[in-house]
Amino acid sequence: MDPVKPARTHPGTPFTVTFDGREIQALPGQSIAAALWSSGVTAWRTTRGAGRLRGAFCGIGVCFDCLVTVDGRPNQRACLVPAVPGADVRTQSGTGHDD
Amino acid sequence: MTERRPVLAVIGAGPAGLAAALAAASRGVRVVLVDSAPSVGGQFYRQPVPGPGARRSQMLAHQRRTWDRLRAGLDVHLTAGRVTHLSDRHVWCVERESGRFVVHALLGPAQEESAAVRADAVLLATGGYEKVLPFPGWTLPGVVTAGGAQALSKGGLSLPGRVAVVAGSGPLLLPVATGLAAAGTRVVALIETAAPAAFARQARTWATTPVKLAEGAVHAARLLRRRTSVMSRHMVVEAHGEDRVESVTVTAVGADGRPAPGSERRIVCDLLAVGHGLLPHTDLAEGLGCRLDGASVRVDDEQRTDVPGVWAAGEATGIGGADLSLAEGHIAGRSAAARLTGTAPDPRGWARAARTRTRLRTFFAALESAYGEPPARWPEQVTDDTVVCRCEEVTAGAVREAVAELGAGDLRTVKLLTRAGMGWCQGRVCEPGVAGVAGCALAPARRLLARPVPLGVLAAPADPTPPQ
Ligand SMILES: Cc1cc2nc3c(=O)[nH]c(=O)nc-3n(C[C@H](O)[C@H](O)[C@H](O)COP(=O)(O)OP(=O)(O)OC[C@H]3O[C@@H](n4cnc5c(N)ncnc54)[C@H](O)[C@@H]3O)c2cc1C
Ligand code: FES
Repeated sequence: MDPVKPARTHPGTPFTVTFDGREIQALPGQSIAAALWSSGVTAWRTTRGAGRLRGAFCGIGVCFDCLVTVDGRPNQRACLVPAVPGADVRTQSGTGHDD
Repeated sequence: MTERRPVLAVIGAGPAGLAAALAAASRGVRVVLVDSAPSVGGQFYRQPVPGPGARRSQMLAHQRRTWDRLRAGLDVHLTAGRVTHLSDRHVWCVERESGRFVVHALLGPAQEESAAVRADAVLLATGGYEKVLPFPGWTLPGVVTAGGAQALSKGGLSLPGRVAVVAGSGPLLLPVATGLAAAGTRVVALIETAAPAAFARQARTWATTPVKLAEGAVHAARLLRRRTSVMSRHMVVEAHGEDRVESVTVTAVGADGRPAPGSERRIVCDLLAVGHGLLPHTDLAEGLGCRLDGASVRVDDEQRTDVPGVWAAGEATGIGGADLSLAEGHIAGRSAAARLTGTAPDPRGWARAARTRTRLRTFFAALESAYGEPPARWPEQVTDDTVVCRCEEVTAGAVREAVAELGAGDLRTVKLLTRAGMGWCQGRVCEPGVAGVAGCALAPARRLLARPVPLGVLAAPADPTPPQ
């Protein structure tokens, strides 16, 4: 049994999204943050100043630490955006706009 | 056409907002229930988006019954058109307009468009968010708020990490540890800053596990007993790791509020869930000019704020758990309905809820004093190179310099000089930490907008639409 998978939740048929081009599995109802976490990805942004890695922090849309680029749109809160089949999720550097 | 029913906008669909919506809708009022989440439930009854094959959620029996009752009641009102649920709407401003209100909300997670709803009265049931005090390493990936770990493992249905430490202070830590264990995480330590007496005070009303913990709750409690070291009067002083948290240093808290010398120990983990209590969301209330009591929205016996037409209920008015939020919401909804339909509210009608409210407020006041303040010397542990404002990457050193060299004497000046608290989160996350490091009082910040709003929306706000 994969130790990273939750022990007892079976919430429907898994589907795939891509993270920086790599396929990862997601479940219906999962936020992008949750899908990334359950694939072992804990960081998906580098900060504007020091370029440090960040991922989810508050989990409820308050802190804006979890910003990520989804389908080409930067600054989406991964903890709020639901994962949908085929979503193209990419690490966001800095402001997410090429600058 | 029948006579127009008065419209009550309820903002927040957690326990407080749901109870309020049901109470008002049964008493002749049209309710528009606005919430930023995709489905109702708030933080306690957090619902995963229903997918094919979704299981019925598992919760403790009395919570299950309460939730079923709320859900069934809501469905009846939704079908009858007495309640409209606007999901995925982040309210960023409530405006007063000649005796009525306009509720402005950003749509969906993208938040690039705004919609507006007009109402005769508003009821704020926006709940709270978690307070986290900074320490070296708290910005590493894998360090999350306690409630965030809970949210990720509940609504996200995911397992946040494999080996977790749960730390900080307050009654949320135990349900969070239980939740993580139920999701299959190994919780190696539960570290509480307060004295052991605080644990003893935890009544079951709060320490019970919330909704989405699956059938594992009992099993998890057993696992926690067997595998988790529970340390009171201890704190995490540093999180270590390169790209993510790999271990934490824990110390005992000495009598002087400093780490007791020689008590340090390292604990290996890949998840640190940390929290120091909850703070009420008060931005919308402040924007409307409602008076605050400390950090919470001030309300009277009917849950009215001091602004006519504005009610507030639940954790926005003070932290006290789901059952207190339900009682307050019920009272607020009844009061609002009576006043909107031109009848005098009769408190005898909500006597039971009022008794529950009194009992739980007393209980939580006692609990809060049992947990007490964080150790007075915690800011000493925050090294100069520790980032205290996560958004703007302002270090503790910069904050100290603003105080010592530039003479900043209050939080506002510190912010202006350092940009701490001026980023995306508008200071919600860093304010308690920045105030502590600066040695200033934590004054409530007047946030003009409850959410960062795109310029395009501000330039062309939406026209209010009557609810369908
Ligand atoms: C992250 C987190 C995790 C928690 N986990 C537990 C737990 O495991 N066990 C436990 O006993 N207690 C837990 N609590 C405490 C618990 O949330 C409360 O006891 C209870 O849910 C409070 O109910 P409420 O209705 O007052 O607020 P909430 O349940 O917080 O509901 C508020 C609702 O308002 C919405 N909202 C807020 N602002 C806006 C806005 N501007 N626009 C639109 N919608 C908005 C939110 O999306 C939310 O749905 C947790 C709290 C938090 C913050
Ligand atoms: S984790 Fe805080 S906003 Fe997403």
